Amino acid sequence: MKPHVAYLLPRLRWTLLLAAAWSFAAAAQVKPPPDTIQQRLLACSICHGEQGEGLRKNEYYPRLAGKPAGYIYNQLANFRDRRREFAIMNYLVAYLSDNYLLEIADHYSKLVTPYPGQSTRAAPDMLARGGRLANEGDPARKIPGCVACHGKSLTGAEPAIPGLVGLYGDYIAAQMGAWKNDKRHAMAPDCMREVAQLLTPQDIGAVTAWLVAQPVPADPRPAPAGSVKPPLECGGITRK
Amino acid sequence: MRRLALLVGVAAALFAIACSKQEPPAPPAAKAEDPKRELITKGAYLAAAADCYACHTVRGSEPFAGGLEIPTPFGTLFTPNVTPDPETGIGSWSADDFWRAMHEGRSKDGSFLYPAFPYTNYTKVTRADSDAIYAYFMSLKPVKKKSRAHEMGFPYNQRQLMAGWRALYFKAGEFKEDPKQSKEWNRGAYLVEGLGHCNACHATRNALGAITADDDYSGGLIPVQNWYAPSLTSSRETGLGDWEVKEIVDLLRTGVAERSAVFGPMAAVVMHSLQEMSLGDLNAMAVYLKAQSEKKASAPLLDSGPSDEQTAGMMRTGAKIYKDYCAACHQPNGEGVPRVYPPLVNNAAITMRNPVNPIRVVLNGGFPPSTQGNPRPYGMPPFYQELNNEQVAAVVTYIRRSWGNYSSPTTAAEVARSRGVPAD
Repeated sequence: MKPHVAYLLPRLRWTLLLAAAWSFAAAAQVKPPPDTIQQRLLACSICHGEQGEGLRKNEYYPRLAGKPAGYIYNQLANFRDRRREFAIMNYLVAYLSDNYLLEIADHYSKLVTPYPGQSTRAAPDMLARGGRLANEGDPARKIPGCVACHGKSLTGAEPAIPGLVGLYGDYIAAQMGAWKNDKRHAMAPDCMREVAQLLTPQDIGAVTAWLVAQPVPADPRPAPAGSVKPPLECGGITRK
Repeated sequence: MRRLALLVGVAAALFAIACSKQEPPAPPAAKAEDPKRELITKGAYLAAAADCYACHTVRGSEPFAGGLEIPTPFGTLFTPNVTPDPETGIGSWSADDFWRAMHEGRSKDGSFLYPAFPYTNYTKVTRADSDAIYAYFMSLKPVKKKSRAHEMGFPYNQRQLMAGWRALYFKAGEFKEDPKQSKEWNRGAYLVEGLGHCNACHATRNALGAITADDDYSGGLIPVQNWYAPSLTSSRETGLGDWEVKEIVDLLRTGVAERSAVFGPMAAVVMHSLQEMSLGDLNAMAVYLKAQSEKKASAPLLDSGPSDEQTAGMMRTGAKIYKDYCAACHQPNGEGVPRVYPPLVNNAAITMRNPVNPIRVVLNGGFPPSTQGNPRPYGMPPFYQELNNEQVAAVVTYIRRSWGNYSSPTTAAEVARSRGVPAD
């Protein structure tokens, strides 16, 4: 036995040393990040969530998951080309190519994640007014209903019309205000600007209150391409 | 004397780099048998090298139609339309007029141009190159867009007063080769000092807004934009002397290199100008820049400011924040991942005296530019609402003083000054 152990020990020592050295090297070695689009877009997920769900703690950060890719791409390009103003977004996408923005848009459009529950705190008459505006519009003032473009179930339409249900009220109201005050633009002709110009602050409050009270339908996907015929000409839809 | 000082002060810092996304129109394809086409193609290349697009284009608008707002401490400038529209652009200019602007800094009517237009650099450009750029501009689609009048305060709006500043700080003259240097070095010097106008940002302007030497690349804070353009000569800032030429070329061409990545105004320069340049020219620029860096003796060690005892609390807070927010990408030891996440250890961009760039990158994050060599860059998240000023100061101090880095700590007050998204 003894000679045996004596023979083994130095070898064992080397094995242990090598193992230790190897594990030390492994620990010190740089762990390369996975080459995935999620990893490349950590800059986005800090505000919009890893699954593009948007963040509750700041309701101005909208969800991106499941929105039509054409719509997301248009917004990224609008931020880059300054048609839409939000300083941190203008800065972040300033030097990104069309191809990369398309890939980012495609990524978020394919994510599926639960929607927040609806809230119904508004007074009944306000909800009724909002519901009328959303469904029928106000023909006397030449205001089309939301459904005319955003689809019967208000989940938007491929390839570039966003859904209006499942959004936070603060975000919706802020966007309508931004359109009204020329802080948000779409590609010309900017149909949403035309609509926003016709809306009063009370209209915006009412339609927002009604929209956030709507449940998200079981199938939250945007309606197929060609299924809505917008009554106005919209640059964001007609241009590729 | 005071009046003279005022006059010359006019020019201070009128050189903000603009950035814009829309791609310049592709030059018409060259046909070997058509010398005019060839000249236009050459001009398109040189216009990219001079980054004309950056200032003469508003993001999302027609290329080269001007209108970009350039805020300065003396008032606001609006860049002119340089498309060949005869009424609102430079369609009525001759090649001689164009050369006079490039070489002498005078407009067609003889008036002095503000040095936000970097004629102090462009004066080095050869007549042949100026003519090629002119031919390219004349080949563009004319855009009718009236150039907006500058809104400079008195007395800076009195252009004739520029004469005093010019007498002191401007001497027209083409680039002269240095026969003692290689062909490559000379080509690099021509591009860096002339068309590239690198020292418009990478030099300290004196109290009168002038850069006093053509080969001054001592670094400087870009006014209004508040990014710090690091010294290209100091081993304490970019430290190019200790880079391989290939690494410098990589950074200029793709926006990322083994130990660095470009953000902010430099991302715009890479996107619209440098990535369009030939490998030969980038190589020449890198050779020249590296030589500038080696020319000067290595700077002394960084002053580390307060003692380790005084910063111990900040370092503890910073270490915790680093572990929670930074280590997953930049690695626990700050070594980063080459070409993906820049290293923080032994990176002059982190440890240089002025901490404004690391502070702004922590606050606003950012992407290096999409380039042919790096089309899908990895981004850094903005932490401006995740971390308060004390926390940002702590983590920036931590990375400036860990793993062998030893640089001055920063403060919450300094972070507060840098809050706000960078303007472009």
